[in-house]
Amino acid sequence: MVLAAPVEGTDDPAATRRRRKSRESGAEVGKAGPLVYIMLALGAALSVFPLYFMFVVATRTNDTIGSLPPVLTPGGQLGDNVQRLLDNEDAHFLRGLLNSVLVSASVTIAVVLFSTLAGFAFAKLRFRGRNALLLVIVATMAIPVQLGLIPLYILMVELGWVGELKAVIVPFLVSGFGVFMMRQYAASAVSDELIEAAKVDGCSTLRIYWNVVLPAVRPAAAVLGLFTFMQTWNDFLWPYSVLNQDQPTVQLSLATLSSGYYSDFSQIFAGTALATLPLLMVFLLFGRQIIGGIMEGALKA
Amino acid sequence: MSTDVTTPVPATGPPGPPPAGNRQSRKEHWSALRSRADSKISPYLYIAPFFLLFAIFGLYPLVYTAWVSLHDWELAGAEHPWSGLDNYRQLVTDEVFWNSLWNTFGIFVLSTVPQLTLALLIASLLNRRLRGRTFFRLSVILPMATSVAAVSIVFSQLFSRDFGLINWTLGGFGISPIEWQASKWSSWSAISLMVNWRWTGYNALIFLAAMQAIPRDLYEAAALDGAGPWKQFTRVTVPLLRPTILFTVIIATIGGFQLFTEPLLFNSGSSNYQGGSLRQSQTVSMYVWENAFVKFDFGYASAVAWVLFLIILLFASLNALAVRRLGGKD
Repeated sequence: MVLAAPVEGTDDPAATRRRRKSRESGAEVGKAGPLVYIMLALGAALSVFPLYFMFVVATRTNDTIGSLPPVLTPGGQLGDNVQRLLDNEDAHFLRGLLNSVLVSASVTIAVVLFSTLAGFAFAKLRFRGRNALLLVIVATMAIPVQLGLIPLYILMVELGWVGELKAVIVPFLVSGFGVFMMRQYAASAVSDELIEAAKVDGCSTLRIYWNVVLPAVRPAAAVLGLFTFMQTWNDFLWPYSVLNQDQPTVQLSLATLSSGYYSDFSQIFAGTALATLPLLMVFLLFGRQIIGGIMEGALKA
Repeated sequence: MSTDVTTPVPATGPPGPPPAGNRQSRKEHWSALRSRADSKISPYLYIAPFFLLFAIFGLYPLVYTAWVSLHDWELAGAEHPWSGLDNYRQLVTDEVFWNSLWNTFGIFVLSTVPQLTLALLIASLLNRRLRGRTFFRLSVILPMATSVAAVSIVFSQLFSRDFGLINWTLGGFGISPIEWQASKWSSWSAISLMVNWRWTGYNALIFLAAMQAIPRDLYEAAALDGAGPWKQFTRVTVPLLRPTILFTVIIATIGGFQLFTEPLLFNSGSSNYQGGSLRQSQTVSMYVWENAFVKFDFGYASAVAWVLFLIILLFASLNALAVRRLGGKD
């Protein structure tokens, strides 16, 4: 590969463009050949296949699962399967779905709100103990959730929250990771001059937060929101421990479905498909932001 | 109350003729006071929600676990007598615990090593000038969108003995049907495959981000020295990626040692928390869960949870050492 080294200090716009391009693409090593495409296509197929298979079974009758060679095209039974799923009294699927929406939405809103607020304070406001407190937050990120599982459960027993949705909402309204992430982002995305100017104009810090900081950190806040929503939607261990079958999140409904003695696979798979669909939509709609979030997070970590 | 000389009094009010009335100056004084209070107190108000909620639902449980683990603590019991290190002593000779630790370790190795290797490979494939970049990136992280519960259910079906797609495919190569749940190695492999499927793409993107931060000149210099693509990969990319590899290994350790949902739902029946009739695939987390929520022996469960935490710490630091050595001689 022969690349003309860009000459510094030229006014040639083409050279500037070339220079910028080569910086942007970083160390992308050469152009992709056919072999690369084949391998990537294979990887993509393997990633997508289990999801595709889930939708196939969800749209067919239950005997599909016993047929060999396996059937790999969707059928027209989705409506029937969903109907059986909704009629299933043990699974409380619809309620689980609604509960999950409620829980995930509340946790997401709270985490984004509290994280941006605290992130702003750590990044842009001066106060005593700032660095020490930030260090505490970073340290909390290293603690595994499961360690607190049992005492958290005892606490819920004492509060009388076992089996209630607030048990899976309230403990997760804040996130050390979120605070840290928003602090890092706010530090670079919000200019000090802007904040000083707003202060001179007599803005309270709360107004500065709302009118200056929040608009500036919106991209990162969106990524944090997406991740928090996904994580809460998919959470299993804690809801499984503290909630009951008649007030489940959608993941618990799935577990109930799959642990039944008689396995109606097309019904179960219709459930997994419906439970996955919201997140797939989120992924397809916000794919670029999610990719960006993972890659930027990787650089900061 | 005197005004702090170091704090500039903010200029307030609209620009206009300054009526230096008494009222106006009192107003100014008042607003200066308010803004001073604002800048002193509000930072603490903004970070308070985190610390408050964390203290109740994070720190307190953590300390409390240690406390509970030193007691003979059953949920139904009215009293929780002090038992010192009894729970920990019991744990040392508890074969079921050691079995679950061994299972966790086996699954961890089977899921981390292939996962990170594959992720490196995919990242280096993605790190080229490519058509459909976003499509490929998105498709490899699509598994993240599925819940662990859904993944476990779908894969359990794919792994089913009689009608599973995997046994059918293997049958095409003349391999007789495997009962994946039945033995250690097969259940470990199946569970690891679920973990790998879900997380490889995520790690690939993390590696990709790190690869793109490597200056291009290094590759050009290596190419001038006659290094082919493979040599460039092992001599330039991998050593420079060491911090990132370390990061992913630690994340994988923390996640892998807490593995719970995949093995739970991979096994069927009402005692699926045992990980099969011979506890072939019971992980430590499942054992904690069994002690806490089946036997309601909170004291012992807490002891197991604490030991698990210490093991995670130990392993994360061992792995950090190992990765630091990896390629460190170059």
